[in-house]
Amino acid sequence: MLSFLLPQRVKLLGLLIAAGVVAAVAALGWQVAELGAQRYAIGGWGAPLGIDLYADGLSLLMLMVNAVVCLGVSVYSTGYFNRAYFRRSRAIYFWPLWMFLWAALNALFLSSDIFNLYVTLELLGLSAVALVALAGGADALTSAMRYLLINLLGSLFYLLGVALLYHRFGSLDITILSQHIEPSPAVWVAMGLMTSGLLLKTALFPMHFWLPAAHASAPAPVSALLSALVVKASFYIFLRLWLEIFPVDSSVFGELLGVLGAIAIFWGGVQALRQTRLKMLIAYSTVAQLGYLFLAFPMASYFAWKGALFILLSHALAKTAMFMAAGNILHFGGHDRIQDFDHVVQYQPLTSAAFALAGISIMGLPPSGGFIGKWLLLEAAINSGQWWLVIIIIMGGLLAAAYIFKVIGYAFTQSRKSHQTRRVPIRMEWTALILAIAAILLGLIAPWPLAIMDIGLPFSGEAAG
Amino acid sequence: MSLNALLPLLMVLSSLLVGLIIFFLPEERAGIRIALNLAAAVLKLILVGVMSWGVFFYGLEYEFRMPLLHSQELILHADALSILFVTLSTILWLVTTVYAIGYLEDSPHRSRFFGFFSLCVMATVGVAMAGNMITFLLFYELLTLTTYPLIVHRGTEEARRAGRTYLIYTMTGGVLILTGTVWLHAIAGSLDFSYGGFVSDLVDEHRTALIAIFVLLIAGLGVKAALVPFHGWLPQAMIAPAPVSALLHAVAVVKAGAFGIVRVVDDVYGVEVAANLGVTGPLAVLAGVTIIYGSIRALFQDDLKRRLAFSTISQVSYIVLGIAIAGPLATIGGLVHLVHQGVMKITLFFCAGNLAETLGIHKISEMNGVGRRMPWTMTAFTIGAFGMIGVPPLAGFVSKWYLGLGALEVGQEWVIYVLAGSSLLNAAYFLPILYAAWFKLPTDSWPDERAFGSGETAWTLLLPAVITAFLTLAVGLLASMPFSPLHWARFITTLEYLP
Amino acid sequence: MNTLYLYTIVGVGLFTLGLYALLIHSDLLRKILAINIMGSGVFLILVALAARTQGAVPDPVPHAMVITGIVVAVSATALALALVIRVRTKVGHANLPEQSLE
Repeated sequence: MLSFLLPQRVKLLGLLIAAGVVAAVAALGWQVAELGAQRYAIGGWGAPLGIDLYADGLSLLMLMVNAVVCLGVSVYSTGYFNRAYFRRSRAIYFWPLWMFLWAALNALFLSSDIFNLYVTLELLGLSAVALVALAGGADALTSAMRYLLINLLGSLFYLLGVALLYHRFGSLDITILSQHIEPSPAVWVAMGLMTSGLLLKTALFPMHFWLPAAHASAPAPVSALLSALVVKASFYIFLRLWLEIFPVDSSVFGELLGVLGAIAIFWGGVQALRQTRLKMLIAYSTVAQLGYLFLAFPMASYFAWKGALFILLSHALAKTAMFMAAGNILHFGGHDRIQDFDHVVQYQPLTSAAFALAGISIMGLPPSGGFIGKWLLLEAAINSGQWWLVIIIIMGGLLAAAYIFKVIGYAFTQSRKSHQTRRVPIRMEWTALILAIAAILLGLIAPWPLAIMDIGLPFSGEAAG
Repeated sequence: MSLNALLPLLMVLSSLLVGLIIFFLPEERAGIRIALNLAAAVLKLILVGVMSWGVFFYGLEYEFRMPLLHSQELILHADALSILFVTLSTILWLVTTVYAIGYLEDSPHRSRFFGFFSLCVMATVGVAMAGNMITFLLFYELLTLTTYPLIVHRGTEEARRAGRTYLIYTMTGGVLILTGTVWLHAIAGSLDFSYGGFVSDLVDEHRTALIAIFVLLIAGLGVKAALVPFHGWLPQAMIAPAPVSALLHAVAVVKAGAFGIVRVVDDVYGVEVAANLGVTGPLAVLAGVTIIYGSIRALFQDDLKRRLAFSTISQVSYIVLGIAIAGPLATIGGLVHLVHQGVMKITLFFCAGNLAETLGIHKISEMNGVGRRMPWTMTAFTIGAFGMIGVPPLAGFVSKWYLGLGALEVGQEWVIYVLAGSSLLNAAYFLPILYAAWFKLPTDSWPDERAFGSGETAWTLLLPAVITAFLTLAVGLLASMPFSPLHWARFITTLEYLP
Repeated sequence: MNTLYLYTIVGVGLFTLGLYALLIHSDLLRKILAINIMGSGVFLILVALAARTQGAVPDPVPHAMVITGIVVAVSATALALALVIRVRTKVGHANLPEQSLE
């Protein structure tokens, strides 16, 4: 909020706040790791009346990846939103909106009741829309508009579901609800409403149509955020509801989600391959990667959830790096037409390396975080004997390799440098590279995040798998 | 952590660090780059020396472990088999580095090239020292990724096409291995290599699954080992610069595939279990077909490097054949060929590169009388070619001798016919080259001649070829000496058959 | 048929009506109105369901939720209207095109 008042100092302030939040998350992380899941009642009211903040392993991991990505985006943005590239009036709007978004994300991952989740989801959606609109062009504005409508629609569906649940059980707290819930028509209707609202926001096929345009037309750091975190937020809510509130024995529904996820992987992959613009390619890649998350539902086993979560984490890091790299390329060469990359990409070795390393994680090749997630999913699929999932996971990886190498191949041509290039601030290149390296390293430190997932385990019921 | 655990890690890290540093060196700092490259190569050689001493005389285990997944660890491990492969790649890497320095003089993007070159060696060493399937897979995929930039290094449209073909083949192979590995893990719960395999208890319960996994793994590895019908990428990859082709064929990619097959048959399944499952027979037949097919295709190539490429397809299958025959003597033959083929093929590729660099010769029909213009190069080439044909006492003869004996030992006479036929074909495609080079009259001018002072070519190009030719002679002549490849292969086989 | 159910049914009706309008109209202003009607429907349902037992004091929590919801809806509408104005000045008309990028 302060940053509205102090436009001159806005960058510095942004970075300071970023550092502060990271420190807070680290402290919380230590606390959760040492003491187990934490609950904090704001204003001392406590459930069921007051608003509770709750942190377990799952929210901690989300917060941590959130902190890393957001810190990266903050640093990146100090280079991106400078006078040379953006009109000052626009750039100063970025920081407050950005802090707003970040706050909404943190609040969302800490919320423990379903209405509070609704409020944070709305805050998140509104600030995200405003950030997309920052790019200012006709494309950006129309896709921001579409994005806004989708967001509101999704939220209303969700809210209606919340209303029904509250009416039925008289509480909004996730823990309390999970103790009282029992299958009944009202619950099914509520579940259906909330699920469709959230899936719309998570952009699961066939409700992905709004995503590529919105993600591709936003400014690069914003695209990174949207793909890496914002869609994950609604997935996170969905996961919480699915694992903790809804009766889990609805296997037909799980199958359906799995099939939709599988189609998303294929559709996203094929569409990504067909794109001629880099940012569109990356956006469709997000559609495909989101599909992986839903593959866990038909298996619903311990390894499958962990695999999906691991893909979620590494995708957050890798996709941020990728959008940043795309932003660098766009800034450097003035366009993101893939077929003209031979004059551009090879003169940005750091950016190319960032893109390639992030690509390794997206493809799920070792030793990246994506590989670990894929391994866990594959193992879960084989253990449950669902071979069609094995084939989907494998084919998805090959498709990803195809569209990523379509870009990387241009880094090795020997064309002459395009004449109209602009210098890219070195920290923009390094941020992208460091995040990409983080996505790779995630694979090497895998036991650690996997252990965190077990704290206050939401999927403890199926831990036997 | 003990020193012994650190040695394997150091092997991998030395090239990794060097590779990363080289990426950031400016193009013109050739001196530092060369020094770093050679220092890392020499360091590796020393480490290998220490480890092979320890493994052989004291039976030490050099092992580095790091947790990677639930119940899965990253294991770098030096056993006798890894030492064999690591020694080969380390020595040949040193030689190839010298060669590459000469070959790429004044060409653009050298930092990038040598950076990936180092990473490629890192991956190869990792493949060699992997102590379980997951580590193997990790480095195997890294190898794919690090060789791609080397293949497309020239940046032409043709190179990019070759790179694309390479990726399509190897990525597909990679996911096959991944599927097989995960499946194996789901069944067996462990993936650690051990002599005699670790799946013998599962045969009764999971017979079909084990056969399916074997097929997946071998098909995936067969892509890199260029087994028919997965060989299509190899001739296309010839577009890469000569040192890369040399490394690809002799040490890195093709060998990693063959080495992987050795690991799967010997240390995952175990020879007996594999034979019991009935999978070694078909594998041997596949290898036999590849040997003959590669040789026949080689006959009809006029492009020198393409002829060598098809020859590689044929020769690498000797290794697979030796393993698949599943007898002690044949295993010795296969393992020793792992080294011998590397040394011989790298000689041939160095020579082919010299001809192309010095005289602009790419085709066999342009080679008339070249022996008089470049006697040293052609002598080295001749030694390599005779080795391939299997003329005693050169390296190739030793391998073929053991393969033949091994086949007789287990009563598979058809292998003898394959060996004989392939040797005839080898002679048929190498001897005309030698005849043309030594006995035909030279044409008036070479396609694209460059002067290199007084010598026939630059010494950095000539020396590696001569060294490896000398090695081809030495490993054949001194095959019965301690620490020769043959001796080491016997040592491994003893461990394998008497666990 | 008591009034409680009447309210609820009207709420559901408003929600459906809004959804229908949102989907078939391409004009942005109409879409925003449609969203607001949907929102009103949801709020109506919430308030109606708050009176759980006939005659007793209604549960205050849904009322709090509705107030929060209205605040959110107002700000969302404000943002939407601001966007519509920007879209109009940039694009020239206030409709959503079928394909916005290539």
